[in-house]
This record gives sequence, structure tokens and C-alpha cells, in this order.
Amino acid sequence: MAVTEDVTGQPDAAPTTTAPAIGLTGISKAFGPVQANKDISMTVQRGTIHGIVGENGAGKSTLMSILYGFYKADKGEIKIGGVPTIIHNSDDAIRAGIGMVHQHFMLVQNFTVLENVVLGAEDGALLRPSLAKARDILTSLAKDYELEVDPDAIVGDLAVGLQQRVEILKALYRQADILILDEPTGVLTPSEADHLFRILEGLKAQGKTIILITHKLREIMAITDTVSVMRRGEMTATVKTAETSPAQLAELMVGRRVLLKIEKAPAQVGETVMEIRDLRVVDEDGVERLKSINMDLKRGEILGVAGVAGNGQSALLEVLGGIAAATSGTVTMNGEAMDLTHEADAGKRRDRRIAHVPEDRHKLGLIMPYSAWENACFGYHDRSEYQAKAGLLNRLFMRDDARAKIEKYDVRPPNCDLKAANFSGGNQQKIVIAREIESNPDVLLVGQPTRGVDIGAIEFIHNQIVALRDQGKAILLVSVELEEILALSDRIIVMFDGKISGERLPSETDENDLGLLMAGIDPKANQ
Amino acid sequence: MKKSLPTWADVVLIPAINVFLAFFVAGLVVLFIGEDPIRAMGIMIQGSLGSSYGIGYTLFYATNFIFTGLAVAVAFHASIFNIGGEGQAGVAGVGVALVCLTVDQTHWLLALPLAIMGGAVFGAGWAAIPAWLQAKRGSHIVITTIMFNYIAAALIIYLLNNYLKVPGAMALETRGFAEGAQIPAMHEIASWFGASISRTPMNISFFLALLASFLVWLLIWRSRIGYEIRAFGFSEKAAVYAGIKPVKIIMIAMLLSGALAGLMAINTVMGSEKRLVLDSVLGAGFVGIAVALMGRSHPIGVILAALLFGVLYQGGAELAFEIPSIPSQMILTIQALVILFTGSLENMVRFPLEKLFLRLNRGTA
Repeated sequence: MAVTEDVTGQPDAAPTTTAPAIGLTGISKAFGPVQANKDISMTVQRGTIHGIVGENGAGKSTLMSILYGFYKADKGEIKIGGVPTIIHNSDDAIRAGIGMVHQHFMLVQNFTVLENVVLGAEDGALLRPSLAKARDILTSLAKDYELEVDPDAIVGDLAVGLQQRVEILKALYRQADILILDEPTGVLTPSEADHLFRILEGLKAQGKTIILITHKLREIMAITDTVSVMRRGEMTATVKTAETSPAQLAELMVGRRVLLKIEKAPAQVGETVMEIRDLRVVDEDGVERLKSINMDLKRGEILGVAGVAGNGQSALLEVLGGIAAATSGTVTMNGEAMDLTHEADAGKRRDRRIAHVPEDRHKLGLIMPYSAWENACFGYHDRSEYQAKAGLLNRLFMRDDARAKIEKYDVRPPNCDLKAANFSGGNQQKIVIAREIESNPDVLLVGQPTRGVDIGAIEFIHNQIVALRDQGKAILLVSVELEEILALSDRIIVMFDGKISGERLPSETDENDLGLLMAGIDPKANQ
Repeated sequence: MKKSLPTWADVVLIPAINVFLAFFVAGLVVLFIGEDPIRAMGIMIQGSLGSSYGIGYTLFYATNFIFTGLAVAVAFHASIFNIGGEGQAGVAGVGVALVCLTVDQTHWLLALPLAIMGGAVFGAGWAAIPAWLQAKRGSHIVITTIMFNYIAAALIIYLLNNYLKVPGAMALETRGFAEGAQIPAMHEIASWFGASISRTPMNISFFLALLASFLVWLLIWRSRIGYEIRAFGFSEKAAVYAGIKPVKIIMIAMLLSGALAGLMAINTVMGSEKRLVLDSVLGAGFVGIAVALMGRSHPIGVILAALLFGVLYQGGAELAFEIPSIPSQMILTIQALVILFTGSLENMVRFPLEKLFLRLNRGTA
């Protein structure tokens, strides 16, 4: 297992006569006092898939942004195909043959595929010749790389997987030789992800160079040839994928040994706390987001809800959390019916001892400009312990309370005056988890607890959730990460198109089985 | 760490540079019409701050702007843009006048609290309708509050003409309030302490404005409702997640905003005019927007910005008097330049300054 701690000793390069596709030497970039990239050197051989892994804030995105011309490096040299290149902006990057597929797609939703592909790369003032040319090129690209998309479809109508293909087509249309993909599988089903990997393999076979940024070690192992690990702005290692293991990569990322499996005792499942019957939600546009959902939450059990994002899980959390109203159906808590109309609010749910870790901590869970201590009781701020006289808040108690939570949940830095926005994703999430768990709920609703959270914090958060279960609380875990669902859940339901498409025990299922359920196919139903 | 400017640079240096730039450009305009900008500047400062007469008028205007500035600031914290201060203060004038006309046979110590309530209730009431339309129907509050300014103007004319003016009189104004509803002017207060200052319309409302500033600070940064208002202002979705009801917050913020704008009528209707006249607000409601913007919606900032605009108003009046070739529109130009530089062109100063500080920091690090 040859780990080259010093990247200048790149593992023996694939025998090729041409120069490496990308050569970075001594790249440094600071934002004020924060050193985002420290003296990074990296070589990517032509015609390979090169993975970059690292925790959030390790500097992956900064490095790629330098390569794509969003930022200018303070120091260092970029060579593209052996030629020193100065990249001031994305135009320069495109000219140098670099294409980027962003995590959040940069597409005009109400344009057709063809128009999106041509946008910014028109040949002249008249659109028609460009579109005709693009149509031909798209047809041939589709044949070569399994990149079929209807050129006349409106992008907004396409599934995310197809929108991603449009992004790849955009880059290829601009004759990109080097393709950077930033967390490309975050929004895809397992089968869509597999299709993407086939496309990437095809591109590689045609001599394209691909850089894949991800935090999913499984993908790194599955598809890359070499992988570079980043930690705290430095590139700690570059290794051949064939010669490493997920455990070793995780260790390199975090700087210590990480348990990828969660150790938990068998669940001591108690009586039902919450009963959900025939729950339906029809949104303002008349779209049925939940179609007659039935489920029970039981004491001492983690019920995992798997599914591709946008199949009703969010609506379920919103209704149970008191953010949105249900159209029909009942939810009872300890045998008592809950108000599901617009009159109910999230405060009433908290009074019923239902805590909610929302899916989106940036938009919902935290007030970013508020300090940690102001956030540490957000939603519970009307409880009597936080009140002082005459409608004022008891700031002393709020701070003490926040300090205790910060210490118990190992929030770093342990500074309760820091604004929420200035914590890393993992520590922000710890603040939310601390607040919700410490409210001592009977039911904890958790949405995407580890989205955008680094590996070290994932372990911690998972342990907290399991610990809460072991205290006999009921937990509803919604996650698009199958690994997380499989590792944490005591029982799994899969949602597809607003319905429950299947229920499994973790011991009886695997990612393939769940993947099919996520696409609405129940493989066991036909047997 | 995300913060690239120290606080003092953010709250002191940038506004100072902006104001300087505004005056610089205004000076160029003065130069352009053939007058001496240094002399003009001197007259403005002398006229607004050089005598107890000038200071009295400056603080009288500033009192108005503190109230209307606070009104806009409170709504800002809930991310609501209340442009209706003009109408709310106008309608509040009716409330103050009704109270004063009723109780002016008693004593000002009784009349003042009642008039405060009258002004606050009428101001809040006028803000309540757009607030309700926004909260319940989603009607955009910027549009509705602007509309309500015009409705208020028409309503006041109607009320004055048909019910409130002295029967048979030509002027559209109520009768003067009797002694029992006349609050002490500043020169009277000074004379209680044996001091003698010039007679100006400045009155006890100035202290009321300072008190209101303190209470607004307490409300926004120390109270539970202020915590909820700010949370709602930063993120409505997060507020809903936390069980904060948008309708409640919009209503509370707007009622407070309207009430604060309404308190301005204590200074003008009860304090200086001692009667309800047509046009008792005279644009102070709109100046409040600039004051809140420039004061970063913080009471201290609002007070400072209100003082600056007080200087501009009083100094400008003196300037028009001393140098007749500088038309009064010129004063409006200077005010507009201040608003332009502190409001919309703020980033023009901010970005280079941030870069400068970044470079300085790196030098020392």
C-alpha cells in the first residue's frame, strides 16, 4: 500500500507519451487569515479519472475554483497539458479545455436542452445556425457516450439525472478535455449514479480526463484510478485507488482512525408513540406530495425513510414538524390526535415533545447571523427558563445553556458568541442536534442529519441519535444516503412518488433492493 | 473570520467617507453655479450648529427624523419596508389633535400621555391595514403603504375641511390648542434651570425621541419579541420552523412602526404648531427611510443620521437665506446626494475599503 505522503513522489504515472493533463505546483490561496489551500501540488494524467476527497472545508472546492478561474491563486503554477497556463476567469478555463459540472446546476430552467447547451457559446448574432450545429454535435455525443437527452425538451421538465447530463453536454460542446464534477451523485438514485459512472468510463475511454470531487468513498473506490486526499487545505496524499481501502482513505481525510460502521445494540422496541394514518398533502399547485401515508413510530426504534430527494419525505417532515398543514389524514401522539391544519404551528409540536432536526439547517434550522447562544434555544425560546422580566430574554441563562450544549456536543470552536454562519457545516449541525435532543423529546424527527457534514462529525451525530434511541425515544430518520439509512435504522421504509413503496428490515435488504424500491419497483412483490 | 472589516470601520468610517463624498460632490455643484463651496459649507454649519437658535431648529427637525427613522428601522428588522411613515405620521396628527382639542382645558402633564396614545394608536391604525393585507393576502407592503400615503393626505384634507377646521375660517387648520395641551418648549425648560436660549420650536418631544430610541433598542435586542422579529427578518422559513407566526410578527412590527411614526406628531402638531395644519409631516416620513438606511436600523445610528439630516434641513434653510443664488432645490440636491452615497452607492466605498483592510491584515499577520 504505497501512500506517498509527499505528492511530488506521484505514484508511477501511466505510461504515456503526452504530458499530464493537469499539473499544479505549489498552489496557495488564503482568504484573509484562513489558508484555504497550502502549497498544493497535484498531477493528473491524461485519460484517467482522478478523485479528490476530503472533509468539508478541506479546500477541495477552492482548489477546483482556482482551476476553473473563479479564484486566483496567491502562489503557484498551473500547467494544462504541460503548458503553463494563467486562468483569470472561466472563459480562460474553457479555452484551456476545462469543463465543470457544478453541484448546483447552472441551467436556465425554461430553456430547451439545445438552448442551454448553446448559451454563451453561440457562433454569431443569429441563433439558428448555432442551434443546428449544436443539434448535430449533440446527436453524435449522445451516441458516443450514452448521453441521450431530447434536445428539444425544456430543462425544467427533466429529471435531475438528465439535467446533469445536460451540464456534461455543455462542457463537451465547449470541447472540454478535462471535466471536473463536483459532488455529482448527491441528487441521483443509485441507478442514475451507475449510469453516470458508465458515461464517465466512456469519456475516459475516449481520452478525456475527469476529476471527481466527492465525499462518498464508495464512489471513489468504484470508479477512480487515482485519488488525492485533502485535509485542512493541504493535500495529504495521492494514491492509486487499487492500492488503498476506504478505511485508509477515511483515516487520511480525518487524520485519525474512523469507525465507518456504527456500533449499536439491538433495538429494544417499545409501544407505539405516534400513529400516522392516511396522511395526504396536496400542495398549492394541486400536486399530491403525500399519498395516503401510514406508519407507526415506536419507542426505542429508529425508523429510516429512504428515497430519492423530492419523493415526499420533505412534506412528511414538514407536516409532522408543524411547518405545513396536511390535506387529510390523522396523526395521533400517545393516543391523542394532533391538529394538522394551518392553525397548528411548530411551537405546538414542540409542546407535544416532538423535536425536529430539519433537512436544511441553513434555511430552517439556524438563523445564520445569530450567534451560537441565540441559536441554541431557537424554537424553544418561549419556554419559561429563557424568560427574564417584562418580556425580555434571560440572556445569562441562554448563554449558560448554550455553553453546556456546546461542551456536551463537542461543538468547535467552543465559542458561544460566534455567529452560526462562521461554524463549519458539521458544527452547525451539532448545534441543531444539541438543541433538539436536549429539549428531551419523545419523538425526534431528523432530516438529512449528516448532509454536508464531515466524517468526524458524522460519527458523533450518529452516536447521539443511537444514544437517544437507547433512552427509549422514537426517531424518524429521513436520509437520501442509503449507507446512513442502512447503518442507523432498525426498520426502513422507502418512499417513491409520495407513497411508501416498501418496508424492510435492515438485515433483509441491501442497497440494490432499496435502490429498486426508490425507483418505485418492489422486487419482492413479484416473487 | 468571514468579517473583513473591523466594526469601527463598518459603522463609523464608511458612513463618514460616504458623507464626505456627498458633500464633496455637492461642493462641486455649488462651484458650478459660481458660488464658493467653502463659504456655503460654513454658512450651513454656522446656521445649524453655530447658535442656540440654529441648534434648536436642528434638533427640532432631528426629533421628527428620529421618530420616522425608528419607525422604518423597526420594520426593517422584520424585513418589511414601511414606506408609509408619511401617511402614518399624518393620520397620527389627527389623533394627537383630537386628544388635545378634547383635553386642553386640563394640564399638559395629562394631555401629553393621552396625546402620545392618540398619536400611537392612529399611526399604528393606519399601518395596520397594509400590514394585514400583507400578512393575510400577500399584498406587497411597499405598494400598499405608498398608496396609503395618498389616501392619508386626502383623508386629512377631508377631515379638516368638513369637521376639524374652525367654522367659517379660510385656513384648513384646527383652532389652536389651549394652554392645557401645550407641552414645554426647550427655551421654557431651559428657563426652569435659569438658562436662557433662543426661542425655537424644539420641545420636550426631543427627550421623548431619545427615550423611544432606547426602548426600541431594548425591544429589538433584548426582548423575546425582538428576537422573533429579527429571526423572521433574517429568514421567514426558519421562523416558521421555530414556531414563530409570520402574521403575528408582521402585525407587531408594523403596528410598532406606525406608532413610532405617529409619535412624530407630538413634536409637530402638539409641540410646535399647537394645532393641526395641513401638511404637518412635510416629507419627514420619507426622510425616515434615509435615516434608517444610513443608521443601519440601529437606534444610535438612527439618532446620528437624524442629527445629520437635521443639520441639512436647518443649515440648508440658512443657506438659501444667506446666498439667494443657491436655490432651495440645491438643498434637496445635497440631501439627495447624501442618500445616494450612503444608501445606494455604499458598496462603492465598501469594496475598496475591504480590500485595503485585507491587505493591511495580511501585512501584520
